[in-house]
Amino acid sequence: MSSHYEDRENSYGFEREYERAMPGRGGRRMQRRKICRFCMEKVDLIDFKDVKLLQSYIPERGKILPRRISGACAAHQRMLAEAIKRARNIALLPYAAD
Amino acid sequence: MADKRTYEVVFIIDPTVGDDEVMRLSEAVQKIITGQGGTITKTEIMGKRQLAYEINHKKDGTYVLLEVEGSGAEIAELERRMRVNDQILRYMTIRVDEDRRRADKLRDRRARKAARRTGAKNKASGAGATANAAAADTEDAEA
Repeated sequence: MSSHYEDRENSYGFEREYERAMPGRGGRRMQRRKICRFCMEKVDLIDFKDVKLLQSYIPERGKILPRRISGACAAHQRMLAEAIKRARNIALLPYAAD
Repeated sequence: MADKRTYEVVFIIDPTVGDDEVMRLSEAVQKIITGQGGTITKTEIMGKRQLAYEINHKKDGTYVLLEVEGSGAEIAELERRMRVNDQILRYMTIRVDEDRRRADKLRDRRARKAARRTGAKNKASGAGATANAAAADTEDAEA
């Protein structure tokens, strides 16, 4: 379960954005700096009706993709979470899947 | 309340309700709003779509989206009416004017920053920076 999100990452269109150092060798995780996609695309507002976009941030279980995976900056992750919650309220997205 | 607020109202109508009944319902909703002194800036019947989860044992519903301008009193009235209407499975009202204002502010700030940056760059490297600026401008227009 711990690597669940990492495994699914690619199928949601996220590039594999960090490599892990081998365990017991060096120890520290190699991390490539993630850039917020919304900042790159200069998104100011995330609409709850944009189901296609939001869907790429909910893995199969229907949870909100955490920031450490989505790579979104704090401001955009907040907007994203808000939009997903709104979409759930009017049944555009599930609260829980399967 | 003196200031004008903008709201987005989305509601879901029972799938067994026919098309003309849907029209009639959304017109009734609009009448409630105008009757309370609000104005409608946008109406969109998004059509029948599958619900992500069942509501009242229904698997799909007709989505209707409205954009309303007003003081907020008409929203209270509208929600009261929708609550008692069995044909409306669910409704949600969101205040959007504040978010939009914030988005505008962000966009302005970005535009100003870009202008300042390219201004500084132009002194240093000339043509390359102006090409960048043009690219940035088109991106802004899209957003």
